[in-house]
Amino acid sequence: MTVSPLAAWRDRLAALAPVLDVAEVPFRSQLTVRVSDPDAIAAMGATLGVLFPSAACTFTSGTGRFGDVEVLWLGPDEFLVTASPGLRVTIEEVLRGALGTVRGSVVDTSAQRTTVVLQGAQGREVLAHGCSVDLHPAAAPVGTCVQTLLARTGIVLQVTGEDTLTVLVRSSFAEYFAAWLADACTEYLAVP
Amino acid sequence: MQLIPCPWCGPREEAEFHYGGQAHVAYPGDPSALSDEEWARYVFFRENPSGPFAERWSHNAGCRRWFNAVRDTRTHDLLAVYRVGEPMPEVTA
Amino acid sequence: MSFRTDTGGAIDRNTLLRFTFNGVEHTGHPGDTLASALLANGVHEIGSSVKLGRPRGVVAAGSEDPTSLVQVEAPFSEPMLLATTVELYDGLVARGLAGQGKLSSEPDPARYDAKHEHCDVLVVGAGPAGLVAALTAARSGARVVLVDEQNQAGGALLGVDEYLDDRPSAEWVADIVAELKSTPDVLVLERTTAFGMYQDGFVLALQKRTDHLGFAAPASVARQRVWRIRTRQTVLATGAHERPVVFADNDRPGIMLASSARTFLHHYGVLPGSRAVVFTTNDSAYCAAIDLAESGVDIAVVVDARPEAPARLAAECAARGIEVRAGQLVTGTEGPGRVTAVQVGDDRIACDALLVSGGWNPVVSLFSQARGTLRYDAELGAFVPGRELATVRVAGSATGELDLTACTRQGRDAGAGAAAAAGFTSGSQVPLPASDSRCTARSGLVLWRVPGNDDASFVDLQRDSTVADVLRATGAGLRSLEHIKRYTTIGTAHDQGKTSGMIAAGIVAEALGVELSEQRPTTFRPPFTSVSFAALAGRDRGDLHDPVRVTSIHPWHVQHGALFENVGQWKRPWYYPQPGEDLHAAVLRECRATRESVGMMDGSTLGKIDVQGRDAGEFLDMLYTNMMSNLKVGKIRYGVMCGVDGMVIDDGTVIRVGEERYIVTTTTGNAAKVLDWMEEWLQTEWPHLDVHCTSVTEHWATIPLVGPKSRAVLAAVAPSLDVSNEAFEFMTWHDTEVAGVPARVCRISFSGELAYEINVTAWHGLAVWEALMAAGERYGITPYGTETMHVLRAEKGYPIIGQETDATVTPQDLGMSWAVSKKKPDFIGKRSFARAENNRSDRKQLVGLLPVDPAVLLPEGSQIVETDRLPEPPVRMLGHVTSSYPSAALGRTFALALVRSGHERIGETLYVPVEDSLVPVTVTESVLYDKEGARRDG
Repeated sequence: MTVSPLAAWRDRLAALAPVLDVAEVPFRSQLTVRVSDPDAIAAMGATLGVLFPSAACTFTSGTGRFGDVEVLWLGPDEFLVTASPGLRVTIEEVLRGALGTVRGSVVDTSAQRTTVVLQGAQGREVLAHGCSVDLHPAAAPVGTCVQTLLARTGIVLQVTGEDTLTVLVRSSFAEYFAAWLADACTEYLAVP
Repeated sequence: MQLIPCPWCGPREEAEFHYGGQAHVAYPGDPSALSDEEWARYVFFRENPSGPFAERWSHNAGCRRWFNAVRDTRTHDLLAVYRVGEPMPEVTA
Repeated sequence: MSFRTDTGGAIDRNTLLRFTFNGVEHTGHPGDTLASALLANGVHEIGSSVKLGRPRGVVAAGSEDPTSLVQVEAPFSEPMLLATTVELYDGLVARGLAGQGKLSSEPDPARYDAKHEHCDVLVVGAGPAGLVAALTAARSGARVVLVDEQNQAGGALLGVDEYLDDRPSAEWVADIVAELKSTPDVLVLERTTAFGMYQDGFVLALQKRTDHLGFAAPASVARQRVWRIRTRQTVLATGAHERPVVFADNDRPGIMLASSARTFLHHYGVLPGSRAVVFTTNDSAYCAAIDLAESGVDIAVVVDARPEAPARLAAECAARGIEVRAGQLVTGTEGPGRVTAVQVGDDRIACDALLVSGGWNPVVSLFSQARGTLRYDAELGAFVPGRELATVRVAGSATGELDLTACTRQGRDAGAGAAAAAGFTSGSQVPLPASDSRCTARSGLVLWRVPGNDDASFVDLQRDSTVADVLRATGAGLRSLEHIKRYTTIGTAHDQGKTSGMIAAGIVAEALGVELSEQRPTTFRPPFTSVSFAALAGRDRGDLHDPVRVTSIHPWHVQHGALFENVGQWKRPWYYPQPGEDLHAAVLRECRATRESVGMMDGSTLGKIDVQGRDAGEFLDMLYTNMMSNLKVGKIRYGVMCGVDGMVIDDGTVIRVGEERYIVTTTTGNAAKVLDWMEEWLQTEWPHLDVHCTSVTEHWATIPLVGPKSRAVLAAVAPSLDVSNEAFEFMTWHDTEVAGVPARVCRISFSGELAYEINVTAWHGLAVWEALMAAGERYGITPYGTETMHVLRAEKGYPIIGQETDATVTPQDLGMSWAVSKKKPDFIGKRSFARAENNRSDRKQLVGLLPVDPAVLLPEGSQIVETDRLPEPPVRMLGHVTSSYPSAALGRTFALALVRSGHERIGETLYVPVEDSLVPVTVTESVLYDKEGARRDG
């Protein structure tokens, strides 16, 4: 029996439609990878079927033996690999295998953050109430991935589609994030 | 709200950063070889110039990398940022 | 009597709004401000002055007004608003203030908001210069934000009835606004005041979004919003404020700036009175005189301080039967409250309004905030922007330019320049309009004051500061305007000296006999206009004031009646009271149950850091005072961490999970700090080390299961785990399944009892907690909170970082020399342990205190003294009580304390001042319970 951080918020998040379709995508497999060796990075990418991002503040996605996998740039030698639920143990093993004896680390951080997907044309507008990073489509095109602050919590923000944003938030801050989001949507919901 | 140009993530608001004091103060190679005074100098003493000052910052809420910056203490203007291990660049205040 | 004109003004005459001011009902129209509506009703007396209680009226028509302070009472009580900026709505209730309002004691029901906005070009001010600047920038394709504090664009054009290119100026304005609003990536913000300009193109602007709707404001819409604008280039088209001239009794209601009277006429359809005297030093007031005369006001006389009146304007006055007296001054006024007569030379001229113009002050506040330097323009008698800044341009009358076409040319140049600097090439050129205005304000006379009764010549009407006050300051030897500002308080009221600051500077320069060009103006600081704390707080209030961090097990704690303690941002169960129990009763019960059978707590908030890499052991050896590299896989060691100064900064356990992998735990409050500390050393000092640290604090739920029956409970839920003492030793860990869930179980104790810490992924935390509760039911398993945890650990003398320590405490002070390695050549803090200061015999050391009366509970934080009677102050303090509890296990109260030379004082009697008495206490070792550790293995 598992419970995700925003399980109790499902209905309240759903009620933000039609402004935003908001849903937690629970139990995603998430691995924090620290590595800087280019060969090891390539090997890890090959194992997952996705090229690791080479540019700062971006993410990449691809499909391989673990299905759809995303790799988020978190720092110059730090990545977050995300995939469907249930794969964290296996992916940790294969990444560790791909790393071999090269300097680096692989850590299962699946429950450290939860994933929330925001779909809707006004997503960038709503987040601009608490996020100081420029979210204009020209400044934050699809493929953008930034770690920043949203109001008073840290987030990882992925621009996953023209009108789709994916937010990863630390589990203990998830309810704060949900409450903030609901509050920020209030005014948009009131406009017919 | 000042912008601090993280060498990795680009300009971000200062609220995302953490201050780390004077840069280029190396941990002594052999602390036990130092006199009390020399050790105290390392632990407690820092420069406090009026003008360009090399200091350490960490992009805490972003990529969590430490880097160095030269800041003019009179204006708060950041004159240069550079990565750990790089020499302090020439700046004109 | 109504002072409303028959036609004109941007008001909706078909709709009547009712409002109450100072208890009297009045009516006005949509488009009115509270001030214009009051003036239309002939009400000039708004409030009274803060110190002298003299009546105060309306001096200016906009946000520069120094006097019309009101308290709005309904729909919500809000103090210190200007009647000139409160838009009228139906049902408004307000009263005039005597310089000070009162904050409501009720919570404000309105919503407040903030929003980030990014642009290439920000234009502040939607007057003629700002509009042309914004349109020029917009046509280049730049992202443009235009903010303006009025409820509609137009700026100074709103207060005149002039034509631009042979059509009403409002049409010209409307065309530009329409084009701006239809251009992509252009944001036009009305009712929005840019109130602060900071580094790197950061501008804060307050938008009043529903204030003007009054009772009809929708509850779901944020009433005010703080825009956090980040721009690459800024054009300041902030305009100019008319300034008065100071003379005796210049503070009466009915004395108003001439251009403001003109604004009331043209924008609101309101006359300032029936019979007006105009007093001017420049041309611009002539237009007010002529316009008002044409609207039916009897202009008694135009008093022009210049030796000669301008011929053309004088002729226009003559044509309308208006007398012009050149080379004369207004030297005083009369009236019971509102002005009834004006003294001009030897003549006493009856009137009910006195309209004054002393010239124009460019609004340079934001430019100055942006670190722009100012220069004195002697012709204008005002500080104007000096050298242009790389990212800030100034256009229009904010530069001191007062000709409309020239202002718009500046706007066009500034808009194009800003766009170009942001990387945009200009689009089609915005044509510059030609004005039919008769009056320009240049060629004026700079006149600060008319000599007279200095004590009644008011410089700052809001602060009741007079010429006499200024002369007192200069007479006392003050020369700097900054000092004089503080001495006289001129410019420190809500208006920040918008109309008074320049005059004060002028009077000071005259008094000191110096040139104003040599005087440094006072520094302009945000906010430009008042901003309420509610607006600054935005949605960061109530539940959103600070994030509340919760664990995966939190719902259970809530459901079972836990009271919570804030630990940093975490909500941790404090204790779980049963019906009728207070804190003490509940904690005694929880402690007893845990020591006698089994208890359980939610320890998920503990910081957890995964440390991996070939050099992980070497790294941890440097960070902790004791050795970690020789820890065997499968084992756990307690560790203390110090700063380079040798003072304890954190403690926790180090778990070796593999040859090159450890998990270290930190205290709840220091989790982020310790990770930062590790990264700092790794990145800046030892980048050669092959070590990586990753926070897994929230990946794991951690449940300490504590007490003699914990082994039996664990056995019941972990059937594949051999829980015997031999197979599962103290300070070791095993991976297993608990309640069917993969778990890491560590044998760690923070209470001295047999205990286990069960770690599962946070997703499973709640289920495993419930399984443990069920399995422990037959033993009366008792959930306990932080208070019981504190008592249990204190009975064992275990310190809490931040409670027993305060950044001046070494491991040796805590009696933990055993945790400080003698073998390691170096670790952080080691060298400091050899400093003389660290080896003084009178350092404060951790000891136990037992009150001689076992029922007395010492207040935490109490001081400790040596004698049973207090000597004359200063009294030597030996230390303080760090923790103090009643103990179920000891059957008495006890405390921990930091005491000078504490370790040597064991057995001594010391005294703790509590209220009026000195409580005798016996100093003991810090470990008070189970000293021999017999309970550890169950």
